[in-house]
Amino acid sequence: MTTTAKKQERVIVRFAGDSGDGMQLVGARFTAATALVGNDLSTLPDFPAEIRAPAGTPHGVSAFQIHFASRDILTPGDHPNTLVAMNPAALASHLSALESGGTLIVNEDAFTENNLRKAGYEKNPLGDAGLDSYQVFQVPMTTLCTRATEEIEDLKPAEAQRTKNVFALGLISWMYGRPEESTISWLEAKFAEKPAILKANVAAFKAGYNFGETTELTAAPVEIEPAPLRSGEYRNVDGTQAMALGLVAASVKSGLQPFFASYPITPASELLHALAANDRFGVRTVQAEDEIAAVNMALGGAFAGHLGITATSGPGMDLKAETIGLAATLELPLVIVDVQRAGPSTGMPTKTEQGDLLMAIHGRHGESPLPVIAATTPADCFDCAVEAVRIAVRYRTPVILLGDTFLANSSEPWLIPSTDTLPEIDPDFAEGPNAGEEFMPYLRDEHGARPWAIPGTPGLEHRIGGLEKEHGSGNISYDPANHALMSKLRAEKLEKLAEEIPPLAVDADEGAELLVLGWGSTAGVIGAAARRVRERGIPIATAQLRHVHPLPTNTGEIVRSFGKVLVPEMNSGQLLGIVRGEFLVDAIGHNKVEGLPILAEEMEQAILEALG
Amino acid sequence: MSGNGDGSNGRGNDAARTSHSPRDAGDSGTLGGATPLPMLTKQDFQSDQETRWCPGCGDYAILSGVQALMPELGVPPERTVFVSGIGCAGRFTYYMDTYGMHGIHGRAPALATGIAASRDDLSVWVVSGDGDALSIGGNHLIHALRRNVPIKILLFNNQIYGLTKGQYSPTSEKGKVTKSTPFGSEDPPFNPVALALGAEATFVARTVDVEKKHLAGVLKAAAEHEGAAFVEIYQNCNVFNDGAFEAVRGKGAAPNQIRLEHGEPIRFGAEGERGIARAEDGSLTVVDVEEVGEEALIVHDAHLENQSHAAALARLASSPTMPTPIGVFRDVKRPVYGEGRQRQLADAHAGASLADVDELLRSGDTWTVA
Repeated sequence: MTTTAKKQERVIVRFAGDSGDGMQLVGARFTAATALVGNDLSTLPDFPAEIRAPAGTPHGVSAFQIHFASRDILTPGDHPNTLVAMNPAALASHLSALESGGTLIVNEDAFTENNLRKAGYEKNPLGDAGLDSYQVFQVPMTTLCTRATEEIEDLKPAEAQRTKNVFALGLISWMYGRPEESTISWLEAKFAEKPAILKANVAAFKAGYNFGETTELTAAPVEIEPAPLRSGEYRNVDGTQAMALGLVAASVKSGLQPFFASYPITPASELLHALAANDRFGVRTVQAEDEIAAVNMALGGAFAGHLGITATSGPGMDLKAETIGLAATLELPLVIVDVQRAGPSTGMPTKTEQGDLLMAIHGRHGESPLPVIAATTPADCFDCAVEAVRIAVRYRTPVILLGDTFLANSSEPWLIPSTDTLPEIDPDFAEGPNAGEEFMPYLRDEHGARPWAIPGTPGLEHRIGGLEKEHGSGNISYDPANHALMSKLRAEKLEKLAEEIPPLAVDADEGAELLVLGWGSTAGVIGAAARRVRERGIPIATAQLRHVHPLPTNTGEIVRSFGKVLVPEMNSGQLLGIVRGEFLVDAIGHNKVEGLPILAEEMEQAILEALG
Repeated sequence: MSGNGDGSNGRGNDAARTSHSPRDAGDSGTLGGATPLPMLTKQDFQSDQETRWCPGCGDYAILSGVQALMPELGVPPERTVFVSGIGCAGRFTYYMDTYGMHGIHGRAPALATGIAASRDDLSVWVVSGDGDALSIGGNHLIHALRRNVPIKILLFNNQIYGLTKGQYSPTSEKGKVTKSTPFGSEDPPFNPVALALGAEATFVARTVDVEKKHLAGVLKAAAEHEGAAFVEIYQNCNVFNDGAFEAVRGKGAAPNQIRLEHGEPIRFGAEGERGIARAEDGSLTVVDVEEVGEEALIVHDAHLENQSHAAALARLASSPTMPTPIGVFRDVKRPVYGEGRQRQLADAHAGASLADVDELLRSGDTWTVA
C-alpha cells in the first residue's frame, strides 16, 4: 500500500443488492476474512421472503451487514459507515440507514432507466443533491468486470457480469485492509470444478482490490487492529450452527442418539439442514408430514430411549401445543426449539420478534408447566442447547428453547469450548423394579423426576398416556385428590429446577438507579446501550434472563432493589407483564414490534428517557 | 461477542461418556420369531387393568384375539409396543402387558413412526378407530403407509363416534341420523381399504371382530409383513350403531361375506354359489357360478405389484351391506422405512466420542488468539 492506513476503532459495512447478486455470499466471505484478521465482529443478513422476487425491485433486495472492531462489540451495528448498493432498488431500500457523511459505493452500470423505474425513481439519484451528505463513489463495476475477464476463454458475457459481487468484495477488502490470499484460496476451492468461472472471479476480485488501490478511491484504507479477545481457538458461528453443534455435543455427552423430526418452516428449517448433515454423529433426522407429526415422532423417539428433538417457528408451535401438553403429562424428555419470527399468523416470516414468550410458558390447555430457556447471543445457542437437553433429561420434561430469526442468522466469533466443560447428562434408564418387586413408572426421585424405562427392558413393561395418572403406579385415575397431587408434583419439578439454575447475575454500577432487565436476544443491544450510557458518566445496571421459566429465584429480590426497572423487548411487553404481575414492581417497557432488532441508539434513548 | 468455556483445548474425555444405546437394553431377544419363545402364553400379554368397554362391544373380541396371537409371534412383551389415539379403541393399549403409549387424537401413527424409525428391534402396533385414523389423524395414516414404516395399524371401524356418544363418522353411510345430524349426514363415507391402497400401502386387509380364526390369520399375516400393514376390522358398536355389519358379520356364513384366499378363485355364499368375475367394462362384478362356470371367476392374487386388482376388489362394495370382501387384499414387498439407515446411524452415534465432537467444533475456518 502506498498510502498510510487510517486507524479506526470500529466499522459497519452493509452490502445490498438484488437477491440474485450474491450479497449473502460476499458478506459471509468478508466476515470470514475479518475473523481471520482477529477483529471482533457481529453480522446480520437481511433477505427478502420471496426466493426470487422480480429482479431490480425493492422486494428483491438482499442485504448483509457486518460490524467489526478492534474491541469487543455486542451488536451488528445501527447505521452503516459504508453502504455498497449494487442497483437502484438497493439504494432506495438502504440509503436511509447510512450514517450522515458515510461512504456510498454504487454500481453505476446498474443505474439504467429500466432499473430506476423498477426501483421507483423518477430520475437518476446519482449526481442529485439528495446524495450530497454522503461520500459517493460511482464505480462501473459491470464494465470493469467485463474488461477484467475478456481474455478468459469459454466465459460467457453473462458469467463475466455476474462476478460484480466479487469485484465489490475486492474493493471493500482493499478499503479495510483484509488480506487477499484467504479469499483467493476460498474462490479456488469453491470453483475448483469450473476453471473459467474461477479465473473470472479471481480476476474480478483482484480488479476490485486494485481499483481501490490505484484510484485511491478513498483517501486511505482504514485499518482496524485485532481486538484484544481472550486467548484460545475461535471460529465464527451463527445461532443456527451453534445450536446444531450444541445438540450434537449434548447427544454424545449423554449417549442418547438424537432423533430430530421437523417440518419445513422459515426460519427454523435451517436447523434441520444443519443437523441432517451430521450423519457421522448418528443424528437421525426426519422431515415429517406436518408440524404435529414432527413433535409426535420426536416424542415417540423419546419414549423409545432417544434424544427427541423438534424445531419450528411460531405457527408450528401452535400446531404442536397439544402434543407438548401430552409430553408434559407423560413426563418424557423432549426438546422443542422455537425460532421466533414476526407474527401473528404468517406475519413476516424472515423477520425477527420475541412474541412467543407467553405462549411458550403458558400456551397449552390445562396446567402443563414446563421449563423455557432463551438463548442470548448466537454463540450462547450452543450452551442453551446443551442446557435444554440437560434439563429435559434430568427432569423428564419437555423443554422449550427459544431462539429467534436474529440469533439464527446473526454471527459472531466464538471461543470454542472444550467438551470437558460440558455438564453431566445422565439418561439413567430404569433397569429394574423400584418398589419391591413392582415397577412404578410414576415414582419420583429427588428432582421430582420419574423413571425412564424404555422398550426392550424386560419386566418394566408399562403404559403411559394422556389420561391423568395415579401417583406412583401411573394407572388411569379420576380421583380428585390424586389430580390435585399430580398437578402439584408436575409444578414442583420447576420449583426444584429454579433452585438449581444459576442466580440472575447483575452488572451494576455503584449508585445505579435503573435496572435494564432483558431476556434472550436483546443481550447484545442492552450491553451496547449500557456502554454508551456509562460513557456519559451515568451509572446503570443490566441483567439478562436465559432461564425465563422458571425464573432464577433471586429475580424478585433484584428487580425490587432498583428504583426503576426498564424491560426492553421485541414484543408488546410480555416479560414486562410477568415482572409486574409476579413481583409487584412498577417496571416500564421499551417495546419494538417492527420485525427488526432494537438498535443501540434506540436502547440508549430509552434508558435516558427512563432515567428522566 | 461472547466467549465460552475456559478456552482450553482439552480433547477427548471418553471416560466421561457412557453408552446408552437402547439396543443394549434388556436381553438378547430378537424380533421376528427367529428365537421361538414357547414359554409365553396369552396371559403374559394381559395387563392387570380392568377392561372398561361397554358389555357386548366388539373390542373385547379383538383384544382377546390380539392377546392370543402375541405368543405365536415370538416377540417378547418387552419388545412389543402398542400405541393408540383417542376413542374407545384408544384404551386398548392399557390392556396389553407390553410397552404402551396412549397418545392424543389421531397422532398414534406419528408416535409409532418415531418409535419404529428409531428402534429396529421392536414390534410396533397402532390401534385406532374410524374417527381417529380417518378424520383427525388422516394425514398421519396416509404418510405412515406411504413411507412403509414398519408398524401394524389396526383400524377398528364401527362407523360411529362412540366415546363422544354417537355422532356420525367418516365411515358412516350418507344420510346417517345421529345427534349431530338429526336430518341425516350430508357427506359420503371413506372406503378405508381403497384409501389405504391409494396411500401406497404395501399390506392391506380387512377382517371382522367376531370371526376369531379369520381375525387371527389376518393379524398374523400383518405381523409377518415387512413394512406398514393396514388392517380394517369391522367392529360392532352395540350401543350407538348396532348391526352395522350384520350382512357380513355372521359366524362364517354371512351371505354377503366374500373371503379372499390368495391363489383361489373368488367364491362366496352358503354353497359357494356366487363368485366374482370381470364385467365387460373391466370392473368386477358378482356372478352366478353355475351360469358362468368356475373358469370365469377371478383368481385372487395378493402379491400383484399393480394395484388395480386390489383396488377393484376394494370398490366391489360401497357399503358392508353389499357383497364385501374380507381377507388380505394386497401384500407386496417394498423397501421398509428406515431399514438399514437407523442401524447405521445408531452405530455411528455409538462410535462417536467427545474427541470427535471437539474436532467437529473446530471444523471450518478457525483462528487462535494468543
